Amino acid sequence: MLYNEPSPLEVKILTRRFGLPNSASLDTYLANDGFKAFFKAMQMTPEHIIEEVKVSALRGRGGAGFPTGMKWSFVPRTSPKPKYVIINADESEPGTCKDRLLMENDPHQLIEGILIAGRSVDAHKGYIYIRGEYRYLIDAMDQAIGEAYSRGYLGKNIQGTGFDFDLYTHTGAGAYECGEETALLDSIEGKRGIPRMKPPFPAVVGAWQSPTLLSNVETFSAVPAIIRDGGAAFAALGTPKNGGTRMICLSGHINKPGVYELPVGFNLLRMIYEVGGGMRNGKKLKAVVPGGSSCPVLTADECDIAMDFDTLAKVKSMLGSGGTVVLDEDTCMVKFALRIMKFYAHESCGWCIPCREGTTWLRKMLDRFHSGGGQKSDIALIGELSKNMLGRTFCALGDAAAMPTISIVEKFPEDFEAHLNGKPCPYQHSAELAMA
Amino acid sequence: MTFSPELESKFAKLLESYPAGRTRSAVIPMLLFAQDELGRISNELIEEVARRCKVTPLQVDEVVGYYSMLHRKPMGKFHVQVCTNISCLLLGGEELLKHASKTLGLGHKEVAADGQFSLEEVECIGACSWAPAIQVNYDFHHFVTAEKLDGLIAELRKNH
Repeated sequence: MLYNEPSPLEVKILTRRFGLPNSASLDTYLANDGFKAFFKAMQMTPEHIIEEVKVSALRGRGGAGFPTGMKWSFVPRTSPKPKYVIINADESEPGTCKDRLLMENDPHQLIEGILIAGRSVDAHKGYIYIRGEYRYLIDAMDQAIGEAYSRGYLGKNIQGTGFDFDLYTHTGAGAYECGEETALLDSIEGKRGIPRMKPPFPAVVGAWQSPTLLSNVETFSAVPAIIRDGGAAFAALGTPKNGGTRMICLSGHINKPGVYELPVGFNLLRMIYEVGGGMRNGKKLKAVVPGGSSCPVLTADECDIAMDFDTLAKVKSMLGSGGTVVLDEDTCMVKFALRIMKFYAHESCGWCIPCREGTTWLRKMLDRFHSGGGQKSDIALIGELSKNMLGRTFCALGDAAAMPTISIVEKFPEDFEAHLNGKPCPYQHSAELAMA
Repeated sequence: MTFSPELESKFAKLLESYPAGRTRSAVIPMLLFAQDELGRISNELIEEVARRCKVTPLQVDEVVGYYSMLHRKPMGKFHVQVCTNISCLLLGGEELLKHASKTLGLGHKEVAADGQFSLEEVECIGACSWAPAIQVNYDFHHFVTAEKLDGLIAELRKNH
């Protein structure tokens, strides 16, 4: 099902079958170029498959944006240990709701991408780690997997190619931290989701101590198009070193929120005003979270920008997971920072002290500040405390909490000052009207 | 412990999904699927899962304490989960939570005396572009307003 109208500005590669009758069925998939890439990949050497993914300039769609072909090349294909493919479908970065659509509307595209990935590293088992809240997708993926087995697209000797592959779903049970790849591995092993020390990286020592190819749902879903039409064609859709399209999840104060497939490098202002139908109620743009809650926010003045990994890195932000959250002039940035910190304090797994203690202290400070109990010196202290969390933890959750907070303190000091001396939040009234 | 045949077949499938000797991997799915059927996680269930997965009950218990969807006390028959994370916040998620609290007469993680409803403020549920969003048990509801929520609750009350 689709939950919003598509936009004419979309470039439909991963979503090209969305909206077709029974788009989730194997028949619809096969009738629309399905599994062509798989047969092509079976004629290619593993090195050639990985080379094609490198040429495509596909970068990890889970958030970090690491070059996918390079990540796959780190898996020791000739290791005597079994190799595994793990699909990160633990979509939980606030602002992000795209993997849901890919699994719901085109599960066989994901399965085909997984098979090609398996072939490239000589893996014969795959596990899709789906967050527990997405129960309907566990059922939907199980159904698609069952269909693929019954028609010989999974299991032994797939379509007579001699290639074997078994695919399973695995459910999480409510933990943002399990989206972090090493915590996900602990979780799939039946433990609390706590990050592991790196190196060794999961490519070498991953699930059950074996080499593991681990990527996001959207990353795998891009692979059939790359192999079918060539890496160069995919790369050409985006900007240099940033290939292809991106599932952009537009949300917040805009007229047409929704998930749209746009070329990597699409201009952010055009996203808001042309794809997203402009600001709600004709309000002024105040800030944008470009790619999920862990990204430093952009001010309105910074929004005339190409949405690719490298351009956003230049302005000290990130493309992240594609969750683009748009904030209007009536948004209290102190409240916004508080809500982000409340999330990270709740989700910190507690393994590393700077994150566990830092997020909780920052939540308390922001809460006190927002309710009028803040002092002028707190403003600098919030920024300083956040900076002290950076880079001091096993995984990136501490950084994810610190980065947006630092950006909000630095870019919106006036919002903090407006709460000083016991003044009530100047934006309170607009919050109450939001539901009207 | 005895479970429904559907749950037993899910368990059987889980235990053969993972590599040989790695039955511990089935702990979390087993707990969640069993909770769906039994309503909560009891000591008895922990021991049963431990036995089947060949781990200690403590190894199962520590998992129960970590994952936010696993709970030892039963939630309502209809567990209303209101998201207030950033995308929902901007479009009235917190006001929606207050409204739900008033309509149901329940606070965060409270269960009604008759066991019909419970309420929880939850973190991002992955419905950001269709905010504000809630889940009732596993069902998503998008673009929720106060009126829509009241209508949904009234409907659930009437039919059950």
